[in-house]
Amino acid sequence: MNVEPVVQVEGLWTVFGDLVVHRDLELSVLRGEVVSLVGGSGSGKTTLLRQMLGLERPRRGSIRVFGVALHRCDPDLFKKIRKRWGVLFQHGALYSALSVFDNIALPLRELHAFDEDFIRDIVMLKLDAVGIEHRHASTMPSDLSGGMIKRVALARALVLEPELVFLDEPTAGLDPDRSEAFVKLIRDLHVKLNFTVVMATHDLDTLVSVSDRIAVLADQKVVVCGPLNEVVQHDHPFIRSFFLGERGLRALSAAPALQTS
Amino acid sequence: MLVRDPVVQATVTGNGARTVELSGAWDIRALESRARALQVTLQDEARASEAHWDLSRIERFDHIGAMLVWRAWGRCRPVRLQLKREHEIFFGACEQSTGIAASPAKRFDPLLLVISLGRGAWAATGHALEILELFGQLLIDAVAVTRQPLLRPWREFSAGVYRIGAQALGITALVGFLIGVVLSYLSAEQLRLVGADVFIVNILGIGIIRELGPVICSVLVAGRSGSAITAQLGVMRVTEELDALSVMGISNTLRLILPKVAAIAVALPLLVLWTSGIALVGGAVSAKIELGMSFLQFFAGLPAAVPEVNLWLGVGKGVVFGVLIALIACHFGLRIQPNTESLAAGTTRSVVTSITAVIVADAILAVIFSDVGWS
Repeated sequence: MNVEPVVQVEGLWTVFGDLVVHRDLELSVLRGEVVSLVGGSGSGKTTLLRQMLGLERPRRGSIRVFGVALHRCDPDLFKKIRKRWGVLFQHGALYSALSVFDNIALPLRELHAFDEDFIRDIVMLKLDAVGIEHRHASTMPSDLSGGMIKRVALARALVLEPELVFLDEPTAGLDPDRSEAFVKLIRDLHVKLNFTVVMATHDLDTLVSVSDRIAVLADQKVVVCGPLNEVVQHDHPFIRSFFLGERGLRALSAAPALQTS
Repeated sequence: MLVRDPVVQATVTGNGARTVELSGAWDIRALESRARALQVTLQDEARASEAHWDLSRIERFDHIGAMLVWRAWGRCRPVRLQLKREHEIFFGACEQSTGIAASPAKRFDPLLLVISLGRGAWAATGHALEILELFGQLLIDAVAVTRQPLLRPWREFSAGVYRIGAQALGITALVGFLIGVVLSYLSAEQLRLVGADVFIVNILGIGIIRELGPVICSVLVAGRSGSAITAQLGVMRVTEELDALSVMGISNTLRLILPKVAAIAVALPLLVLWTSGIALVGGAVSAKIELGMSFLQFFAGLPAAVPEVNLWLGVGKGVVFGVLIALIACHFGLRIQPNTESLAAGTTRSVVTSITAVIVADAILAVIFSDVGWS
């Protein structure tokens, strides 16, 4: 039906001083799929994500989100696009001066379209969706555990019903148990709400259990982008050490996709 | 694919049954500009009479749209409802979201003032006791240092003297000079009226050396170095450096706090002398311009007007204020919790408390030494 990619990166160059981070990088993300960006440290995952969010400007090339070239469109259009995506930052980036409730309510209040009663209902709905009890609504972010910060941040990212969700290291800093629960939450919400996900991660378990496609960043570009079984068959030193090391094989053995193929 | 605006349409069929049909886009993007109007329409329709609700022609739907309809229904499903299967989950979420508690209204408590006053006093006592404890610990450390010369943190001490003392020379000189000029100018105006020009030396000498020099200088150091010490210790707490020192068996108080307190105790009296001196120069300049008093006359008159003990009083105040500032700054620095907000709050409280403490201590000292140092 709708074949136009939600995110399309073309001919992207990123240069820091003399260091070329991305050289002619290409990537496209289709509607409704979960694409993970992986790569060694310094491969520019986070930079690429920040460029997709319009926080940083690439040296050359274009990034189109919802068919609009981000770094060339007019500010009003850009503002509209920003309301259609949600972002989960690595450390949550909750506003430390606001309570959990006000953090989630903030984007809604900014619209100036709904009254306070309605906003309260929606915030509580979102708290339920991410599994936070209502009694925590008045808690300040500094009193929350790491796992709860991520959940509240996810609720805030989802409050404007985004069509596209960016996740930066969603499970970093969580213990394996919490991390598994959080990945399950993301997967459930994705199935229910059918948003598109672009995720930067280096956690293999997360990668294996959520991704539809995996884009491997190495040698300043996307060396391969495809489903897990396709990626592991690609011959590249990074992929060998990342997926086919001891840790990688352990994670892969749990993946249903590979066992059938 | 063009999506139509959200529409509410009520029709009455032949046998009197009413149907309310919603169509178009009912998601946040479409509702953003029309939520209030649609809410009223929906509530009117829901209130009118039992109706058949047909939501099957809604093209785009989300939690916001569902909540809007759900609230109009009075938070329960109508008896007759037609709905797309894929939109079912939105109402499922609304149904599960129970116990939407209103935020508790704040009640006015007449005892609130007394309670908060008591809490404040209690907290202040706690801080004072902890600062006293820190001071005691420092004395113990100081004894340990004199016994084992190898322990002496000389490097930290000299870095502290440089940072707190030498680097503050410029700003204290500027402020001191200007204070001297202003004070001298104001006094000269008054003295000229009664023809007591020569007493400008007494006023400036006593006022600056005994009171203004130490206080001005301490306030500047509290703002400059006190905040820096609190922030530094606070950041070391946030980054767990303090814990790292502890687990290596290195005492925090001995390695970090003792050299800072000692450095301020040495640097601040020197700064006080410097500030007072510059302020007197500023006063002399102003006296020359206003009253035509020569520099020689001004400085030659000083020893007679200001007994020597005032100088020692000023220096002594510098030591006391310095130790106070350092102790308060270190105390608040060590109490900072590992988060950014606590860092900001701790630094502010450290500066405010140390400036207040300096002025309170100055008042106490003024009373104690009220009959010392007059010619």
